[in-house]
Amino acid sequence: MTITEKVIARHCGRQRVSPGESVWVDVDILMTHDVCGPPTIDIFKREFGEDAKVWDPEKLVILPDHYIFTQNHHANRNVRLLRAFAEEHNLPHYYDVGSPRYKGVCHMALAEEGFNRPGSLLIGTDSHTCTSGAFGMFSTGVGNTDAALIMGTGKIWLRVPETMRFVFEGTLPPYLMAKDLILAVIGDIGCDGATYRAMEFDGESVYALSMQERMTLTNMAIEAGGKNGIIAPDETTIEYVRARTDHEFECIYSDEGAHFHSEYRYDVSTLEPVVAKPHRPDNRASVIEVAGTRLDRAYVGSCTGGKLEDFQAAAEIIQGQEVVIDTYIVPATTEISESLQTETLDGRTLWDVFVNAGCKMGQASCAACLGGPPDTFGRMQGDEVVISTTNRNFPGRMGSKQASVYLASPLTVAASALSGVITDPREILV
Amino acid sequence: MESMIRGLAYVVGDAIDTDQIIPAEHLVYSLKKPDERRMYGRYAMSGVPVEEQGLPQGHVPFTDPDKYLSKFTFVIGGVNFGCGSSREHAPFALTEAGAKVVVAQSYARIFYRNTVDGGFVIPFESNEKINHEIRTGDQLELDTGIGQLTNQTTGQEYLLKPLGDVADILNAGNVFEYARKNGLITTV
Repeated sequence: MTITEKVIARHCGRQRVSPGESVWVDVDILMTHDVCGPPTIDIFKREFGEDAKVWDPEKLVILPDHYIFTQNHHANRNVRLLRAFAEEHNLPHYYDVGSPRYKGVCHMALAEEGFNRPGSLLIGTDSHTCTSGAFGMFSTGVGNTDAALIMGTGKIWLRVPETMRFVFEGTLPPYLMAKDLILAVIGDIGCDGATYRAMEFDGESVYALSMQERMTLTNMAIEAGGKNGIIAPDETTIEYVRARTDHEFECIYSDEGAHFHSEYRYDVSTLEPVVAKPHRPDNRASVIEVAGTRLDRAYVGSCTGGKLEDFQAAAEIIQGQEVVIDTYIVPATTEISESLQTETLDGRTLWDVFVNAGCKMGQASCAACLGGPPDTFGRMQGDEVVISTTNRNFPGRMGSKQASVYLASPLTVAASALSGVITDPREILV
Repeated sequence: MESMIRGLAYVVGDAIDTDQIIPAEHLVYSLKKPDERRMYGRYAMSGVPVEEQGLPQGHVPFTDPDKYLSKFTFVIGGVNFGCGSSREHAPFALTEAGAKVVVAQSYARIFYRNTVDGGFVIPFESNEKINHEIRTGDQLELDTGIGQLTNQTTGQEYLLKPLGDVADILNAGNVFEYARKNGLITTV
C-alpha cells in the first residue's frame, strides 16, 4: 500500500484498503476558517440541534484568516460568529482576530502550532488543506456539509484514491524553488491531471527541501485536481514536528512494491524557472519565453508563497535596490511577520530590506490571493497585470476579472519587481 | 431526486472554477438568512468572463441584473467543472439561483462531493463534449433515472453516465439523511 492508503486504512480500523472503495474514517483534526466556518456551524446546528456539542473540542481548530483586515461588515460579522461559537463550546484551539493568539493563514498556522503530525488524518474547509500532507499525513479539503458532519460525529466518508508518484532527483540549482517544480508538474499533467488521486512526492531532491518548501509542493496538489499531496516523513519532518508539539505520531511509508497509478521522474538540475500564464495554473511557460512581459504589480504572499523562506529568497534579490512597480509583501502568519523583523540579511532586517526597496507591507492573512472584499490589501481592481507567488490565476481570482495573473517563484517575482517586466532570476543571481 | 427535469440550458466552457461560479468577494453573505442567501442567486456564475457567459454567443448573464433567480435550469459545462476552492457556496449559489442540474464532461473532486453531500444540483457526467453542441437557451429534458438527456430544441439525445454510488446520497437528500438511514448518525 502507499502512504495514503495506509493512513486511510488505520483511520477506518482496517488492515488494508484498496483504491476505489469508499470508507468511513475517523478524523484527527478538523480545521475551518472565517469564510466556511459560519455556514458549517449553521449546518451543524440544523442537523444536530442548537445545543449540540462538538464531537471533540480538542480536535477542532478554528483559524480566521481570509477576510480579516477589511471594513466589510458581513466579513467582520463572520469573525464574531466564530468567536461566539468558540466561547459557547469552550474551544481550546480558536485563534481570535485582534488577540495575541491571532495567527493568519490556516495552512501555515496548522504547521506552526503542531497540528500537522505524521500518520494523522486532517480535514479542512479549504481546498489548500492538502498542504499538510508535507508532513506524511492525509489531508484534504471539503465543503461545509462534510465539515458539519465531522463536527457532530468525527467521521467522514472517503473514496480511497489511487496514488501518482512524482520523483525528483538531482541538486536543485539556486535559481529554482519548489514553486518551479510544482508548476512544472501541473504544466505536465494539467489542472485535472490528478483528479481523485493522491500525489506522492519522492526522491532525493524532495528530502533535501525544508518543510516550508515541501509545503509549497503539497499545497498546489489541488491545482492539478489532486485529492491530497503527500511526502513521506524523514528527520527534517520529525525535527520540525518535535519542536512544535509533544503529541504522539507515527511515521508511515509506502511499501516496497506499492502500486502506483503512474510515475513521473524529474532531474531538477535540468529544470528552468517557470511561470503559469493567465488564466490557468497549468498554462506553463519558461520564464525565458515570457521575459519582457510588462507588469503593473508584484505580489509575495499566501499559503504557498508567503512563508519565511519565500521572503528570504525575495529579499536576496531585492536587497539594496528599488522596486519599480507596486510590490506587495504579505506574510502568511504573525510568526512569519515577526520573523521578518528579526531575521537579517547583511545586517538589515528583511522587513527593512523590503521597506527600503519601496515595497508595501501587509498584515498576516490571505489578503489578495483570493480577491476578497474591495478594500482588501493588494486586491486587483482593474486590468492590472500581476506576477504573484500565490497558487491560482483563474479569471477574477485576485479580485478583478480584467486582471491577468502570472504565477511564479518568489525569486522570479522579486526579479520582475525590480525591472517591471517578467525577469529571469538568473539575470540577478550571479 | 426528481425523476423528470425540464428547463433551459446555460452553456459554459472548460475548467469553470469556483471563483467564476461565485466570486470570493460575495462569500461574506449568510447562507441561512433569506435576505442574504438570495445574493448567491444574484451573483451565481457572475465570475465567468462576459464573452464566455452563455455560449456560443456569450454576453448572456446567468441571472439577469437585479434579479435573484435564473431562468436556466441546466448548467452545461466541459471538463473539470468546479475546479479551484472548496467553497460549498458554489453549488449552493447554483441551487439558490434555481438551477437543478449540472451536466459536464468531468468535475473537480471537491465541487462534485459538495453537490452530492449537500444535496444541491445533481451532477451528471456526459460522454461527449455536449457543451459544444447544446446552445444557451435550448429546451432540455432529463430523465434522471436512466440519465437520458434530450435537447427538445434540436431533437438530439444523449445518454449520460450513471450516477453510481452517489445516487444513494442524492436519493436520500443529502449526506446527513443518508447517514441516518444507514445508522451512521443516531441523533435526531
